[in-house]
Amino acid sequence: MAKKSKPREVIKLKDVFRYYHLGDETVKAIDGVDITINQGDFVAIVGPSGSGKSTAMNLVGALDLATKGSIYLDKVNIERMDESELAQVRGKKIGFVFQTFNLIPTMTALENVMLPMVFQRIPLQERRERANELLTKIGLGERLDHLPSELSGGERQRVAVARALANNPEVILADEPTGNLDSKRGKEIAEMFVKLSEEGKTVILVTHDPEIAKYADKIYRLKDGKIVNK
Amino acid sequence: MFKDFFDISFNNLRRRKLRSWLTMLGIFIGIAAVVSLISLGQGLQTAITGQFSSISTDKLVIQNAGSGLGPPGSTVVEKLTDHDFELINKIPGVKTASPILLRTVKIEFNNKLLFYMMRSIPDDPKKYENYYVTQNIKPQEGRLLKSGDSRKVLLGNNFVTNEDFGKLIRVGKKIKIENIEFEVIGILEPSSEFLLNNAFQIFYDEMKEVLEIGDEIDLIGLQVDSPTIAEETAEKIKKEMRKDRDLKEGKEDFSVQTPLQVIQSVNTILTAINIVVIGIAMISLIVGGIGIANTMYTSVLERKKEIGTMKAIGATNLDILSIFLLEAGLLGLVGGIVGASIGALIAYGISSGANIALGADLFVVDFSMSLILGSISFAFLIGIFSGAIPSYQASKLKPVDALRG
Ligand SMILES: Nc1ncnc2c1ncn2[C@@H]1O[C@H](COP(=O)(O)OP(=O)(O)OP(=O)(O)O)[C@@H](O)[C@H]1O
Ligand SMILES: [Mg+2]
Repeated sequence: MAKKSKPREVIKLKDVFRYYHLGDETVKAIDGVDITINQGDFVAIVGPSGSGKSTAMNLVGALDLATKGSIYLDKVNIERMDESELAQVRGKKIGFVFQTFNLIPTMTALENVMLPMVFQRIPLQERRERANELLTKIGLGERLDHLPSELSGGERQRVAVARALANNPEVILADEPTGNLDSKRGKEIAEMFVKLSEEGKTVILVTHDPEIAKYADKIYRLKDGKIVNK
Repeated sequence: MFKDFFDISFNNLRRRKLRSWLTMLGIFIGIAAVVSLISLGQGLQTAITGQFSSISTDKLVIQNAGSGLGPPGSTVVEKLTDHDFELINKIPGVKTASPILLRTVKIEFNNKLLFYMMRSIPDDPKKYENYYVTQNIKPQEGRLLKSGDSRKVLLGNNFVTNEDFGKLIRVGKKIKIENIEFEVIGILEPSSEFLLNNAFQIFYDEMKEVLEIGDEIDLIGLQVDSPTIAEETAEKIKKEMRKDRDLKEGKEDFSVQTPLQVIQSVNTILTAINIVVIGIAMISLIVGGIGIANTMYTSVLERKKEIGTMKAIGATNLDILSIFLLEAGLLGLVGGIVGASIGALIAYGISSGANIALGADLFVVDFSMSLILGSISFAFLIGIFSGAIPSYQASKLKPVDALRG
């Protein structure tokens, strides 16, 4: 794949604020953030607890709406979208990986990976083939019919990564994906993200662990809702 | 698409087996009640209308108003008399008419005194033959009454086994009716008219004599020329009798019952019973619905994080709504299917029991497919309806809030 001369902007946050009002108090979870992330970038977001990392991820992932400011995904302002359009964005353009894996406990590994495709109305045959292929690629070809409770933490998180990739999204958002794993499994996951960014996916990873942050091309440090390492 | 959501919902119910079954309990009971009681009701209706259809549709019965179906004699209203009988006999369209007596009498046997129902049999051979044929009266032991018999009595089928008198009354035995000795000449086969199974029957003239009945008739049974003129003839009789008694229309102190009327009044009673039964079943279904709503609320709370996850991977509000509604609907549907099966079994059991107790295949339960399918779909709708609000709330959860659990 030839490198593009001009990198494409996939994510752009313009003067974004997210305030929570708790009684008289206002929590400034995100307090004026401007960043642009290009296609294929692997970005790590670090910072102390409560600095607004998760809040930022939720805004980029269209799970939450900013109090002020604009967020562009592929040049489209998601702040203007209604709930069903946001669902489309989450389903097609974004793949989420959570700290607690968030697999559906009643579904097998294969069914979990197929689920995002169910919401995109992809036919069963195609879903099954693609889910099978994704799981096999990350070394879980033998675990297709296992329930999450029958998998180790590292295996669960790999299933979650496969699920995030199901609809071939442009952006992978991972909030502390290694937080519940030992350092060996954590590194395996981080290496998967490196590979994905090399394949052209844009990856944003939130982490506490400097060892994991090292895998990223770029590190943003958040403090009190602001980026502090510009 | 539907299949995918169905699988998701079904999986969720399976995961919480015990709770799912407990939730469906209310629906089981309601639907089982609906199916069994309505099936039994319909069976009963068929049995009862069958009873009356054995009275062929060309027969009318005239009796005093107010005396109802029970034994007359105690009321102070105008009695039917031989004069009425003569009058009716002359009305065009009336083929034959017989006066009938129906009384409670004192029977003595084996030194024991008991009271039983007695019905008269017409003296005229043509009329009693007709009565035997149309009422399907046949001897199981001994023979039927015939002209020339004197002080002979027929017993209903129950006396084959009835030991109320301390021992069985057999054919040939003597019993005392109002202190006058009669010989048992026959015991009848079971009749579809329950009353006759436990009754004594003797000739009209003898009954009049033994009971010292004057110019008084309890019922007048008559046959019209053809079933098509039954209603019309009934009207004619009413008119003639009104004129004879100098009564205004609607103020009759007598009634002319046509078979149609009898069936209608029975149907009215059965409908009333059905309404009560359905009312009870409805209450149980409402309780069942509340159970489903409760379970769905709990389920939404417990699965908040799952809902958030599904939204994060692309589920729309409508997708979430569909999944939860289907789950609630399935609770109703499965509850309905199990309930309908249980109800059918109960109805079958009761009807078989009743048939054994009555010793006849009278009670055929009518499992109408529309009743079973109807109640199952109704159960499904109850599920959907009860699950509507919790499912709507699930669908409206904000993804971030839901993900926090
Ligand atoms: N729903 C909410 N209501 C009120 N305040 C909130 C809410 N969500 C987050 N906050 C506050 O916003 C701030 C940023 O929270 P956020 O979860 O983004 O932090 P974080 O950097 O992800 O922390 P951690 O590393 O502990 O996960 C915190 O002070 C938090 O208390
Ligand atoms: Mg966080």
